[in-house]
Amino acid sequence: MSATTLSAAGAIPGPAKDLRVSEALGRSRHRRNMIVKALCFAATAIGLLFLASILATLVWRGMAGLSLTVFTTSTLPPGSNGGLLNAIVGSLIQTLIGAAIGTPIGLMVGTYLAEYARDSALGNSVRFVSDVLLSAPSILIGLFVYQLVVNPFNGFSAIAGCLALAVIVIPIVVRTTEDMLRLIPATLREAVIGLGAPKWKMITLVCYRAAREGIMTGVLLAIARVAGETAPLLFTSLGNLNWSTDLTKPMASLPVTIYQYAGSAFQDWIDLAWAGALLITLGVLAINIIARLVLRRGV
Amino acid sequence: MQQATVLSGKRNANWGDRIFAGLATTSGVFVLVLLGAIIIGLAVGGAPAFRAFGAFFLVDAEWDPVQELFGALVPVYGTIVTSILALVIAVPLAFGIAFYLTELAPGWLRRPVGTAVELLAAVPSIIYGMWGFFVIVPIMAKVVQPWAIDTLGEVPLIGFLFAGPPFGTGILTAALILAVMIIPFIAATMRDVFETVPPVYKESAYGLGCTTWEVMRSIVIPYTRASVVGGIMLGLGRALGETMAVTFVIGNTNRISTSLFGPGNTIASIVALEFPESEADSLKMSSLLALGFILFVISFIVLAISRMLLRPRTKA
Repeated sequence: MSATTLSAAGAIPGPAKDLRVSEALGRSRHRRNMIVKALCFAATAIGLLFLASILATLVWRGMAGLSLTVFTTSTLPPGSNGGLLNAIVGSLIQTLIGAAIGTPIGLMVGTYLAEYARDSALGNSVRFVSDVLLSAPSILIGLFVYQLVVNPFNGFSAIAGCLALAVIVIPIVVRTTEDMLRLIPATLREAVIGLGAPKWKMITLVCYRAAREGIMTGVLLAIARVAGETAPLLFTSLGNLNWSTDLTKPMASLPVTIYQYAGSAFQDWIDLAWAGALLITLGVLAINIIARLVLRRGV
Repeated sequence: MQQATVLSGKRNANWGDRIFAGLATTSGVFVLVLLGAIIIGLAVGGAPAFRAFGAFFLVDAEWDPVQELFGALVPVYGTIVTSILALVIAVPLAFGIAFYLTELAPGWLRRPVGTAVELLAAVPSIIYGMWGFFVIVPIMAKVVQPWAIDTLGEVPLIGFLFAGPPFGTGILTAALILAVMIIPFIAATMRDVFETVPPVYKESAYGLGCTTWEVMRSIVIPYTRASVVGGIMLGLGRALGETMAVTFVIGNTNRISTSLFGPGNTIASIVALEFPESEADSLKMSSLLALGFILFVISFIVLAISRMLLRPRTKA
């Protein structure tokens, strides 16, 4: 109706519109819209289906291998009812030391980018390199630490594994620290400076506190990320089938043990690998959810 | 005396500032040094292989530890083919998810679905490898591949892509697992950039009578094109260097096969598999490090392009 009245008034230049053509066009546009919507819904459903399939497989097969001995016994030869104790402890040690080394460095780099070098050329290149390292293949970081530490000092060691994980932690902490510090309003900084506080006190006593939740989220996400890393540990801490907490010796870790066991031909090892996979996924997802809750509480 | 304490306090403050600024700058420079050290470390380690084989290292399909002949062609080919196939599978799905999350999903559903997609990104890669090996490979071997060989394999011109025995493992399976792994990265980036479109633009298009899809196609995508490509490149960067998931399902054979079901390898998978069997400082170890160097160069270029395309978004 509106089309005819408008063209009658001469408001729209050009040939007069045929109502039937307009209606058919409207129908086809509407149909195309519905098809795309349906496809997008299907894509989301497929994505969620993948997640559900992974979790269901993990729970299904992981529960079969999970028992108390998994937590009380170290890895043993096939058929002798071994557990994963040394791998669990090794993973905890390496992840925590890696995070402990990487976090302060990442924190300082993030501080540098947010507080000292917002638009300087050096700052921009540091930000760029850190972002590239954030997505760099982790296997290459393993090879690098192998070249730097393992090969010259003649031996695989847990400390080499910790260093590789620390290199992965740094860019994650840099990213979140910078983002969180940038969210702090300039007025807060000006108020602190106005009280006569030096810049370093402003950063450590005020900015860090204001950004505490965000930075903690970054550290937690970094821990979750490196806890599941396998490739860099293959070349550094190597894995160890015996109980060892010596940082200068090869050390077992959950992901590497899973890798060794899942590819084996023994059913009890494969079951243990699934149990380990379930543990590590639950741990990683739990840390992720906690990190989100921390962030939400802070904002 | 009071003046003295004020002065010393000021001097202390200066010292504190100088030390803190020095620490921060040193850490910043440390990141640059780290990247340089990674490049140099891999290049130095790979130097004997580059010296022994020269430029032929890149085009040689040989990987023969007995005769000490090593070439990078097959792993480089496998890395690129699996990554690109993974993108072909992942990009439409990731786009659909991002579109659904920003425009279609009801408000109460956005957060849980978004979180679920992000959790998919948090699952460690070795879990994808096990899931691929124990769940996807049997499905490929028993259902997908026999069907494709019987139907698509008979079609002229493209039939060779679907030839060969249905092992379940192979290039297509690896690409599929890679796709599942990079979907959350691409979808999350796309969702974030879609949300940067000013609502006024979209509202004016809706006001003109555009459908949701027309708003997406003619307002949102043109506005975010560079960042969308950046997000896709980010996914590509992830796929190129993925190790554990690929090692489980690609079949690990040093051969270029024309069939999508044929086995192959990638740089990351051959390094992970052959490393334990290589002696320190041997030519084989050096070849593996040289492969690592090539992978680093490829992913550095991809990630650098990705960052440059994504930068306008982060600045805004």
